[in-house]
Amino acid sequence: MLKLDIFLSALANGLMTGAVYALIALGLTLVYGVLHIINFAHGAMLTAAMFAVFICHAWLGIDPYLAVFILTPLFFGLGYAIQRLVISPASHGDDSNILLVTLGLSIIIENGLLMGFRSDTRSIDVPYGFSVIEIGNLFLSTPKVIAFVAAFVVAGLLGLLLVRTDTGKAIRAVAKERTGAALSGIDVEHIYAVTFGIGAACLAIAACLLMPTFLVNPRAGNAFVLVAFTIVVLGGMGSIGGALIGGLIIGVVESLSGLYFGESLGQIGIFLIFILVLLFRPTGLFGAKA
Amino acid sequence: MNRLNRRTVLQGAGASAALIAAPGLVRAQAAPVKIGILQPVTGALAQDGEYGRLGAEIALNEINAAGGIKSMGGAALQMVFGDARSSPEGGTAEVERMQAEGVAGIVGGFASPIVLAASQAASRYDIPYVVDVGVSDQIVNRGLKNTFRFGPGFGTVTSTALENLSKLNDAAGKPAKTVVIVHEDGLFGSGMAKLLNERLPQRGFEVMETIAHPTPSRDMSNVALRIRALNPDLVIPSSYYAEFVLLARTMQQQRIRPKGVYAILNGAASNFRFVKEFPDAANLVMDCNHWADPRKPRTAQVRALAEKDGRFWLYNTPLNYSCVKLLADAIERAGSADRAKVTEALANSNFADHIMPYGPTKFVNGQNTGAAPVNTQVQNGDIKVIFPTEFADAKAVFPAA
Repeated sequence: MLKLDIFLSALANGLMTGAVYALIALGLTLVYGVLHIINFAHGAMLTAAMFAVFICHAWLGIDPYLAVFILTPLFFGLGYAIQRLVISPASHGDDSNILLVTLGLSIIIENGLLMGFRSDTRSIDVPYGFSVIEIGNLFLSTPKVIAFVAAFVVAGLLGLLLVRTDTGKAIRAVAKERTGAALSGIDVEHIYAVTFGIGAACLAIAACLLMPTFLVNPRAGNAFVLVAFTIVVLGGMGSIGGALIGGLIIGVVESLSGLYFGESLGQIGIFLIFILVLLFRPTGLFGAKA
Repeated sequence: MNRLNRRTVLQGAGASAALIAAPGLVRAQAAPVKIGILQPVTGALAQDGEYGRLGAEIALNEINAAGGIKSMGGAALQMVFGDARSSPEGGTAEVERMQAEGVAGIVGGFASPIVLAASQAASRYDIPYVVDVGVSDQIVNRGLKNTFRFGPGFGTVTSTALENLSKLNDAAGKPAKTVVIVHEDGLFGSGMAKLLNERLPQRGFEVMETIAHPTPSRDMSNVALRIRALNPDLVIPSSYYAEFVLLARTMQQQRIRPKGVYAILNGAASNFRFVKEFPDAANLVMDCNHWADPRKPRTAQVRALAEKDGRFWLYNTPLNYSCVKLLADAIERAGSADRAKVTEALANSNFADHIMPYGPTKFVNGQNTGAAPVNTQVQNGDIKVIFPTEFADAKAVFPAA
């Protein structure tokens, strides 16, 4: 039997990894809730954001935690432009077309990165990359603790934005009833683009939080996307709180099942949850009744 | 029509002159010989594939610059590149395309599953296939006449690695008794772990646990935690690049300091990128792996070419460089691009002009019997050879802590 501190380490690690998963899932669930499409380019956009962090650090000497303030608006703008200039015109208003357009985008982004950066795995070395916070026998990686806190802050801010601001209200209105929202004078195309932009901005934040402990190659983002889909389904499509709780649950399940059943089998835990949720609670933990 | 101006007339005259001169050129220039280079340059194994392709390109450029295949009137070698997309299906699809393009032989594959599938597909058309890495011993145990592996398989590598490990441990007064094996759960890592589990106890080591992990992995914390719980003397990892880097970083962070990290065929432990980026996590990691022969003068030249535009020196490059030259030598001796003749020439080859630390090639059932790995250790930001002693340039530091 494993000692208690190992169990606690795995638990803490699961929570911290789960928070970053949640951040990635936030963008996905928001885009689904409003545009009613699964954004297949989510993984490729995460990879692009991770490369942006890498460029900031390796070429411009900007710390990942400072890069948040540059990359978040930049990726919001990029997301906005992609929805406004690429996805919307190319889809001709048909949801299934949007699906294909995002799939196409993912292929273009991934291969563009492959062309520009080759297939090398790159990582950045920051002074605090190896620092730990010691709690008794637990060594908690400082960057992961920061990521954990930041994920909650971002989810909170996003929640406030949706509840308190006019843009947030407009986003929720479009999510509920797009025709009605349009009739009340809301610019639906603009709201779509804003939502897509927020999704991309969440990825930029996630990338800044990931890079101090992770690595990037042109396929790095894909490893997170399948997990993010599971979290979105578990938490309920379109639910911010659901994504957060779902992310933490998935993180812990992955970590503990990895510890007890081995890394290879540990992945099964995630997909068992996925199937069980689909069978018994298709709307997810926090999803509205269909 | 006033199109026929002075410039057009001059162009026409030039073209006619070129045509008149051309037959001489055509006669001197024999038809090029096509060679298939198969590497995974997209997908999970893209980094290895990229460096493999680099080695093949350096060899092809060198051969063509030196006048091509002389027995075929100076025929140039022409690369038909195929991306195996990090999967066996991707590999076989590219072999089919290479068959359609009429290649005289194929070099590469990198990962064992790709090599198994691609060499099988090539055997249907009797295309000679030179394996660059593909360490699974199943590759040469199928009786395929077309498949030749230039480098060592994991049976040989494991034997050498264990022999050297015993030497190390004995010389240091046997400080290491317990071992944890960490391996990727594919054909290569699992086969390796099985072999180690059989042979480590024979040498007096106790295997405390064997931990498998998938490729790619998002996080290696659990593996590190298990190692921390078990507290073994030695950790033996067999993984690809990204996962080992994550593991080494997490181990450093969790302050897990075994007496030694003794990697076998690891994707990162003898990779200069890892050493440069994480000198502390990499320091004193040992690896038993493919490594170019530092005694051969050509090694330094190939390394300089490989590192020219900011790339790193990985074993994939010298292996593929050597494999392409091996195939070119066979075509040279066969005097033809005929696949049966090239296969026969490969089977009888005793090719010595390569940059690996092996003697002249001698194939038995498709395996180059002289192929052997090298033991390296990361020491203060450099990768040093610690075994074999004939060309070691440093003494092993063991135990580390």
